[in-house]
Amino acid sequence: MKEELNRQLIIDAAEIRKLTIDAMAAAGYGHIGGSMSICDLLAVLYGGVMRDDPHNPYVECRDWLVLSKGHCGPALYATLAYKGFFDIELMSTLNQGGTTLPSHCDRLKTVGIDISTGSLGQGLSVACGVAYANQIKGLKSTVYCIVGDGELQEGQNWEAVQFIAHRCMHNIVLLVDNNKRQLDGYTEDICKPFSLLDKFSAFGFCTQEVDGHNTAEIFDALTVNRQEKPYALILNTEKGHGCNFAETSGFNHYMVINEEMAESARAEIDRKVKEALW
Amino acid sequence: MVKLASRISLDTKEMRAYYCDALIRSAEQDDRIIAVEVDVRNSMGTKRFFEQFPDRSVNCGIMEAHAVGFSAGLSAVGFVPFVHAFGTFITRRAYDQLFLSAGYQKLNIKVVGGDAGVTATTNGGTHMPFEDIALVNAIPNYTIVEPADGTMFSTLVPYVARTYGNFYIRTCRKKVMKIYDENSLFEIGKGNVLRLGNDVALIASGIMVYEALVAAEKLRQENIEATVIDMHTIKPIDAPLIVKTAKRCRAIVTCENHNIIGGLGAAVDNIVTANCLVPVEKVGVHDRFGEVGTQEYLMKTLKLTADDIVISAKTAIRRKTR
Repeated sequence: MKEELNRQLIIDAAEIRKLTIDAMAAAGYGHIGGSMSICDLLAVLYGGVMRDDPHNPYVECRDWLVLSKGHCGPALYATLAYKGFFDIELMSTLNQGGTTLPSHCDRLKTVGIDISTGSLGQGLSVACGVAYANQIKGLKSTVYCIVGDGELQEGQNWEAVQFIAHRCMHNIVLLVDNNKRQLDGYTEDICKPFSLLDKFSAFGFCTQEVDGHNTAEIFDALTVNRQEKPYALILNTEKGHGCNFAETSGFNHYMVINEEMAESARAEIDRKVKEALW
Repeated sequence: MVKLASRISLDTKEMRAYYCDALIRSAEQDDRIIAVEVDVRNSMGTKRFFEQFPDRSVNCGIMEAHAVGFSAGLSAVGFVPFVHAFGTFITRRAYDQLFLSAGYQKLNIKVVGGDAGVTATTNGGTHMPFEDIALVNAIPNYTIVEPADGTMFSTLVPYVARTYGNFYIRTCRKKVMKIYDENSLFEIGKGNVLRLGNDVALIASGIMVYEALVAAEKLRQENIEATVIDMHTIKPIDAPLIVKTAKRCRAIVTCENHNIIGGLGAAVDNIVTANCLVPVEKVGVHDRFGEVGTQEYLMKTLKLTADDIVISAKTAIRRKTR
């Protein structure tokens, strides 16, 4: 990919992180770990991969995003706000009574949210329905579905994976945020995932692994011309990545966050971006 | 207007055949309709739909949770999926999907649950839904309909397809009594008054409508005049009709092929309690599991027969005059 575009994606990811942290600090708490691990992916999706238009968010021929790990809505809201789907000022209303930005994604409340999620394991099936419907309509849309590695413990995902594989659906892209941790600790300790690569490959998926915090690698993986077969991209990530206090916390699934913590995280993000760009 | 059939007798056509015919007719007019299956195409009788509309038929395999989520996704893009399976599994196994993937998103899926209550007969307690209505009832915005016969089922399918919103249609697969004349018209949310009497009101749904009609005839022989209402829409329930009837008859018996917890009886009771306190006796399954047996055996064992309704009617009348 072009160096210039990647520089922009790095900046986008940093802005998305900062907006997310700010919103959580305003609320006083948030699902910081899993939100941080998908910021780079979101920056890439909305920074050149997905066909979407902030001024016409429900146009029929758009690409869809289903954030199946719905508790990480704040990172997606930050992305949408940053891209101009809605007023950035709204971010400070996260989780306030009557807000349009609830902790878990709600398509009826937030402009740009395609599908409501929150009960883990359901997003991929809904994404299949959307993809199948788009196929019947003859639309060249792609449905991107982000699932967590912990979330893959839910059996419904494997119903959906088998369905996708059997029908050889190639207008759906499964993105696994492999951050290796879930609410109670490491997936390896709680219920081993074994090899995700082998599992998806066994279902006949074209499966690929990338560094989930390397925007160039993610971009290249998502923009290459693939064979027309089901595709799963495993993004190896770190829960809490890019947010100093979350990175060093033993428990970062959900944290109490104050303004001081947010400020230090923002400074650290700015420093790292400079380092990366120079 | 509804009109009773000239002779109420066992239909010669199965409910699933009525369903498939109605779905095909609707799909010919409305290209948004898609049939979604979970490996019960033969049981639910939709094979002909699959043959006629191969591009608008999806057999997911044995995966109810996925099928409901998948249907929700189809409806998010504007299609009208009819997802059908046994009432037990499409509600119990896919409950969270009915709730979140379809209900919470205010989408537009049509769930058809077969083998209502005792009509599961020899499949026994594992396959006998006495809780399906209660489950769906607790999710906001679902419309719940239990047609009494094939004529009503056929008439409702195109209406349900046209009406935006999530529906649960509870039905039987096999033959049931033919209650209605073929020219009857039905309205969702409006109970059908099939008989007027002032001593007691029998409010029934599904296969219990026939039992209520038989019970009313038996009561007449004892000089008790009963109103019979087919309350096919359990949610939203026809509250004005219930209140009007309760005020006139001062005694009510609800008749359902379902657990009395969370079903028709409870829905009627809620309206009566809030508006005009009169006795409500509930004929239905009293919080127990099903078992194997013929429909006749099960109805006797679970006290769902016309004779059981007669006994409850007399109890209700005694309670009002006390």
